[in-house]
Formats: sequence, structure tokens, C-alpha cells
Amino acid sequence: MIVNIGIELAKVLAVLIGVLNLAAILTWMERKQSAVMQDRIGANRASIFGFRMFGLFQVLADGLKMFVKEDFIPAQGHRFLHGLAPFVAAFFALIGFAAIPFGDTIHLFGREIPLQIIDLNVGILYIFAAMSLGIYGVVLAGWASNNNYAFLGGMRGSSQMFSYEVTIGATILGVLMIFESMSLQQIVRAQGQLLWGIVPKWGVIVQPLGCILFLVAGIAETKRVPFDLPEGESEIIGFFVEYSSMKFGLFMLTDFVETVLIAALVTTLFFGGWQVPYLMADGWHLPGGTLLAWPQWLVAITQVIAYAIKVFFFCWFMLLVRWTLPRFRYDQLMRLGWQMIFPLSILNLLATAVVILLLN
Amino acid sequence: MNRRDLNFAERLYLSEVFKGLWLTSGHFFSNMKKHLARQLGFTRIEKGAVTFQYPEERRPFSPRYRSRHRLTQREDGSPRCVACMMCETACPARCIYIVAGEHPDPNIEKYPARFDIDLGVCVFCGFCVEACPEDAIRMDTGIVEIAAYSRKEMIYHIEDLLQ
Repeated sequence: MIVNIGIELAKVLAVLIGVLNLAAILTWMERKQSAVMQDRIGANRASIFGFRMFGLFQVLADGLKMFVKEDFIPAQGHRFLHGLAPFVAAFFALIGFAAIPFGDTIHLFGREIPLQIIDLNVGILYIFAAMSLGIYGVVLAGWASNNNYAFLGGMRGSSQMFSYEVTIGATILGVLMIFESMSLQQIVRAQGQLLWGIVPKWGVIVQPLGCILFLVAGIAETKRVPFDLPEGESEIIGFFVEYSSMKFGLFMLTDFVETVLIAALVTTLFFGGWQVPYLMADGWHLPGGTLLAWPQWLVAITQVIAYAIKVFFFCWFMLLVRWTLPRFRYDQLMRLGWQMIFPLSILNLLATAVVILLLN
Repeated sequence: MNRRDLNFAERLYLSEVFKGLWLTSGHFFSNMKKHLARQLGFTRIEKGAVTFQYPEERRPFSPRYRSRHRLTQREDGSPRCVACMMCETACPARCIYIVAGEHPDPNIEKYPARFDIDLGVCVFCGFCVEACPEDAIRMDTGIVEIAAYSRKEMIYHIEDLLQ
């Protein structure tokens, strides 16, 4: 009993610490990656005892700065809700990770430990519930600030997020129809099969259009450039204009946590999750029919590493998009969401249904 | 301005997005390769960034660059300036202040008893250098970090300028 609780606690801590650290590292990566893309060097002066570590300490310096800044609350604002909003945003971004599998079941010391915090049979609905509730953070922040600009930013944020959630839902349906499960672990297991004995049956192979649409709508969900109208860091100022110190930092961190969440979801639904092509529970099944046997623990660890690499790649890709594309205008955003992406996702759904019907 | 309409591929947006991503990721990978090679010790490979890391690394100046003034010296170390007031007259910002004194050598009429330049007022136009008949003032020190905590400290005297 105690051991079981310990194992569960260890998994929760591993995921929480992993995600928060990855989000913090993404703030550093964003600076460095944008610099390398623009032929610059990027932040590299923060040092501890002369060690610069390529500017990695900048993250610590930023955090320290945020904590010692004045925590300003507008005089006419709602004190309680103003304080609550960043925590709501961060909390709902973080709990989504509970249902995401980061590895297969590992056999250690006679125990079977599923590498997932909880295998909900409606895992995907749970994650979307959490993501939708994240809107409350945005709206509360805008409303509790008692500032018209913040309020408008919050309204823009909520309308943008639920416009694109419709598309996310519709693209997810295609995946659910093919893999016939709502549990993310089951979806990942199903992606371990091979098509015609050679191509891994990843979501991106069977749902290429769905994958692109999901990625676009997912980036819109993270409220970052090119869809950063709710916040508009540089000029139009958004829902967190009245926030300072670590409350502001928490909103920034939430953006990066959501980036990680979307990267993890894209990996799980469309890029095979923790699956490595041809690597089964007992070793490598190469296309020629040869079998390279590996111990089960080694396979499980390889899969966890493969999952981490895939998530990291999509975080990198989303930063690449963020530093390449300019921001949409609001009418362009709505037209893209409702007139282009949403009908395409419905068409994708219909085509998937017809193909499944014909194949059966 | 002559604007053409977007064609079909451009209106679809996706292909243009991928073109943009191709360009920026191309910069990313080629720069990353250069950074990595230099970290591994291949210093002859060109730098992956155009940045000059300023205090340690300086951008080379053109020989005609106008930096802080200096007064040139005779062989015995006294200023070459003869206090003719040409530079003071030419100065559009009126930042030069000269007090002339009688020189002990009868071949040289005058010498500057005071020669002050207020660098807080100077516009670095170089007219003083052009006006000087004795090649006594030049702007070739390469010093560009001119800063002080008060306006008074921005006034440079003859001792500072002779160095």
C-alpha cells in the first residue's frame, strides 16, 4: 500500500518537475533559438561565479527578478479574483498532463508500473475539459483588473480559444474513429501496429490533414504568436496588462506549459506517443522478419526517451513557428478559424468516416 | 503602390508558411552548425552570428572615423597648437575655449595656456581638425566611450587632450 502510494507520488512529481523544468528551459530556448534564427547570439551574460553556461542562468535571474518586483493590484480591481486568475490558468494547464502516457508499462522488481499518472478511459475528454477551463484564467484576469484594455483582451482570449477548440474537437474525432478508444494509452498502443507490414500506423500517416489542423488550432490554444491577440505583448496589450511580479511570470509560464501540453498531445495523438517504429515489448521486429531481443526494462526506457525527444522536437517546432510568422489581424484570425480550418476539419471527419465504412 | 493580388497557392497560406519556416529553420541549422564547430575548437570556421560581444570584442573603425580629440605634440612634448583660434572660430557648437599665452621661443608666437573642449556640447563634426593650420588637433584616438557623472566632468582640459 505504502509502496503503491510512493510509486504514484514519484510519478506525479516526475511529471510535474519535468514539465515545469521544460517550460522554464523553453523560456531560455526561446531567446537562444530566436537569436540563432536571426544570426544573433542571445542572452549569455547571466553568470554564477563566472560560469555562463550559454546563458542558462538567465532563467534563474528572470525568476529572481520577478519575485522581488512590486506586486501591483489595481485599486478598483477585485483583489481575490485578481490573485486567483494566474493560479487558475497555471493549474488547468498543468493538470492536463495527468492523463498523458509517457511510456509503456514497465516491469520492475516484480511490479507492473504503468508509465502514466492515471489511465482514464476518457483521458482525452479530461484533457479538453482542463484546457477549456483554462479560459477562466484569462477571463478572470481581464475582468478582475478593472481595466477596459485588460477586459477586452480577456474577451478576445476567450472567443479565440473556444473558436479553435471546436476545430481541435473535430480533428480529435477523426483520431478516435480510427483508433476506437478515448484512453490515450490505448490510442498510443494502437499506433504501434504496422500498415502493410512496414509503415507505422501513426496518427500522422492515417490523418495527415487532421494533424496539420490540430497543430494550427493547438498553437492558437497556447495564445502565442501568430495567434497572440489575447496578450499582444508588444502593442495591443491584453488580459495581463495589470499584472506584475510573479503573477505575470505565472501567466508567461502558463504559455510555455501549454506549449509543452500541445507538443505532448500532438506527439501522443499523431506521432505515436512513446512508440518507436518496429520496437515491440520484446525487442526490435525489423521489417524483414528478424527479431533483435531486448530486455523489457530497456525497451520501456528507450520508449520514454523517444517520447521526450518527440515532445522536445514539437516544442522546438512551435518556437520556430512563433519566430517566423507575423501576428494575424483579429478578423483574419476568426476567418481562419471558422471559415477555413473548421470546415476542413469537418470534411476530414466525413472523409475518415467514409473510408472506414468502405474498408469494413 | 502597385499591389498584385495573391494567387491561389498564396491564399491557401499553408505553402507560404512552409516557405517561411524553411527559410528560418535554414538559418537556424546553418548557424547552429557553425556555433557547434567553433565550440568544438574549429576556430577557423566563420562565426554563426553577426554580433560583436562589445566590451571584449570591438568593431574595427574606419580610418576616417571621428572619435575623441587629441592635441598633437612637438618633439619636446609641448603642444603643437599655436593658439590661433581657428578651431574655436570654426566650431559650430562653440565647445572649444582657448586662452593664449606668449611662447618663450621667439620663433613661435603663442601657445595655448588653456585649451578646453566641452565634449557634452561637441557635435563631432571635425571642422576643428579641418580648420587647424598646424595639424595640432586630430580626432583619431579611437576613444568613443565618453561618459561622466556631471557636465563639469565632460569638459576635457589640455592635459587630458595631450595624452
